[in-house]
Amino acid sequence: MAADDTANKHGPDIAAAVKDALLSGLVALALFGPLIGLRTEQNMRNELVIQSRWGLVAAIIAVIVIGRFLMLTLVSPALARRRERVSATPEHPSALRQALGKWFAPASIAFLFLYPILIVSLLGFQGSLKWVDNFGIQILIYVMLGWGLNIVVGLAGLLDLGYVAFYAVGAYSYALLSSHFGLSFWILLPMAGIFAALWGIMLGFPVLRLRGDYLAIVTLAFGEIIRLVLINFRELTNGSAGISSIPKVTLFGIPFDASPGGFAKMFDLPLSSAYYKIFLYYLILLLALLTAFVTIRLRKLPVGRAWEALREDEIACRSLGINTTNTKLTAFALGALFAGFAGSFFAARQGFVSPESFTFMESAIIVAIVVLGGMGSMVGVALAAVAMIGGTELLRELAFLKTIFGDNFNPDQFRMLIFGLAMVGIMIWKPRGFVSSREPTIFLAEKKAISGSLVKEGHG
Amino acid sequence: MEVFLQQLINGITLGSIYGLIAIGYTMVFGIIGMVNFSHGDVFMTSAFFALIFLLVLTTVFGMSSMILALIIVLIIAMVLTSLLSWAIERIAYRPLRGSFRLAPLISAIGMSIVLSNFVQVAQGPRNKPIPPMFTGGFEVMNANNFAVTLSYKQLMIWVVTAVLLAAFWYIVQKTPLGRAQRACEQDRKMAALLGVNVDRTISLTFVMGAALAAVAGTLYLSYYGVVNFSDGFVPGVKAFTAAVLGGIGSLPGAVIGGLLIGLIETFWSGYFSIDYKDVAAFSILAIVLIFMPQGLLGRPEVEKV
Repeated sequence: MAADDTANKHGPDIAAAVKDALLSGLVALALFGPLIGLRTEQNMRNELVIQSRWGLVAAIIAVIVIGRFLMLTLVSPALARRRERVSATPEHPSALRQALGKWFAPASIAFLFLYPILIVSLLGFQGSLKWVDNFGIQILIYVMLGWGLNIVVGLAGLLDLGYVAFYAVGAYSYALLSSHFGLSFWILLPMAGIFAALWGIMLGFPVLRLRGDYLAIVTLAFGEIIRLVLINFRELTNGSAGISSIPKVTLFGIPFDASPGGFAKMFDLPLSSAYYKIFLYYLILLLALLTAFVTIRLRKLPVGRAWEALREDEIACRSLGINTTNTKLTAFALGALFAGFAGSFFAARQGFVSPESFTFMESAIIVAIVVLGGMGSMVGVALAAVAMIGGTELLRELAFLKTIFGDNFNPDQFRMLIFGLAMVGIMIWKPRGFVSSREPTIFLAEKKAISGSLVKEGHG
Repeated sequence: MEVFLQQLINGITLGSIYGLIAIGYTMVFGIIGMVNFSHGDVFMTSAFFALIFLLVLTTVFGMSSMILALIIVLIIAMVLTSLLSWAIERIAYRPLRGSFRLAPLISAIGMSIVLSNFVQVAQGPRNKPIPPMFTGGFEVMNANNFAVTLSYKQLMIWVVTAVLLAAFWYIVQKTPLGRAQRACEQDRKMAALLGVNVDRTISLTFVMGAALAAVAGTLYLSYYGVVNFSDGFVPGVKAFTAAVLGGIGSLPGAVIGGLLIGLIETFWSGYFSIDYKDVAAFSILAIVLIFMPQGLLGRPEVEKV
């Protein structure tokens, strides 16, 4: 890092950069040498043997050394110059950016409604399946979960690392009640939400006194407890085997199957599984938009403003007579409510739930989406969900890389690795997320967004 | 009585491993107030370092003395894990120091995902078993046909943990580095004004925590004889529980907390149900944080406006 300081004054210091790059190469050799170069494999007699892969290590270290050198000599001086230029001119969003900010949300909602039609007309019903299901529905579930958690983390500033527990409650409520009592999705959707919200209040109540990291760890513990109970309470939940053949959603009583009363026969359409997927797509889109709508409206109510006040300064909040207990509980309950909705949708879509789907990793992904998007920003959270989930889903499509790296190469296994690297990278690049500006909900003369870095957010 | 004694021995062994990991959490939290979420995965990676070098020493170099091999492996694992932790701090945490409070936590969660998935990609997703070593042990007591044994491995874990804890206690209490660490813990800005190299001290804190995690990783590998890329998360959370239980920021607290968690876990699985042992550990975490957030030996947090 020593090169950074001198670079500003008189060009990059090549000697220091070479030294730094070689040092990073050395560190990389020590760390990657054993872990990559000496792979432990089981042989026929089930004993571990070492396979060496020094060529791969050499390639990785070369990339690191050259990358570090270029970073120090070219990239960081350029970044420093840019930073100087930006700080010299007062920050003023350009007209283009303002227009973009104004029209982005409506345009993307319109696009989302047209998306299945677009895909179907391009690829036909059969070809559209993957794009509507893997990308459309999958991303929208995470958008909805992100927006739900955004109420807790983004607005109220309570870091919840066990959000997936409420998602699980919703999913299991639907799975159990529909398979045992045959209740329809439309009755169970609100019920699953209410169950999850009750759990939110139950788990929220004891942790209200905690703040920051402590709250995060306790919610993590609660999330894990719920998952472990789901695994071990075999009489009810069937343990790790999960619950399968969960009934599908019907379109107000019309099932999506080949029966005479089914959707395809009723409307004289050729049979295809794509209708159900497209129907699910619109369903989750509407649920996600409901989440967004409720959040936007609530922000204008006293409780919404109390949440944001709580996030900025809890002590000031209490001094002004805001009931912090109720404020926190409503945030927990509402966040859990939407997770419950999303959970019952998830169970209906998969037709199968098991504790595997509700690991801590899921919670971490949802929190990451909220923080990476910029806490409190609806557009940012949606963008982060598209980037992180869509991006990692895209990795599944990289089968052509097999022709380059050989048949053993499986791009899918790098999915979470790249996800983690992206999390770290985005945090370093933009610690406040993609969209960090704050829009006040109440204002005197004109509405003016401010940069998130001006907000202290010290306690919470 | 016999079962009790055996569970006590097992619990202390498990608790020593948790205690060693917990010190890394407690030291980092004490000095920069951050939950180093990737610490559990650093521990897991250290077990892999130990596994790889144990295999290299025994199969490639044909070393026959297990004790010597284990000592060499322990030292290599400590050095490499320290380097790993130093690199992580440099890459993922230092740029975020002074940034808003959630940023380092998210970065740490990202790093934890990176580490476990990197090990999975590099070393494969299967369990990695090693041949059993140091079999046998002392028979402490034999009554009603139930032999209470203290295996050599357990004794080794007790001894190594005790020696290292004493060494670290000495470093933190008596050396200039320890003094700098305690100064940074109290007031980072003031320490910097008085000539303490804060960045270096924080780096060394990460390094020390990682070295102890590497000891825990090596002992874990030799005790259970198997390691997997996903083995970092649960011991990590339990060790954090131990750190919180003992009072975060306090070194003896972390050890006591670790022992308590280990004992609770083994007694729970011995007397109640093995299925719910993790539930017990997590419940304790929640209960302690709710009713006694300062822990057993910690200082109560003063709220400043």
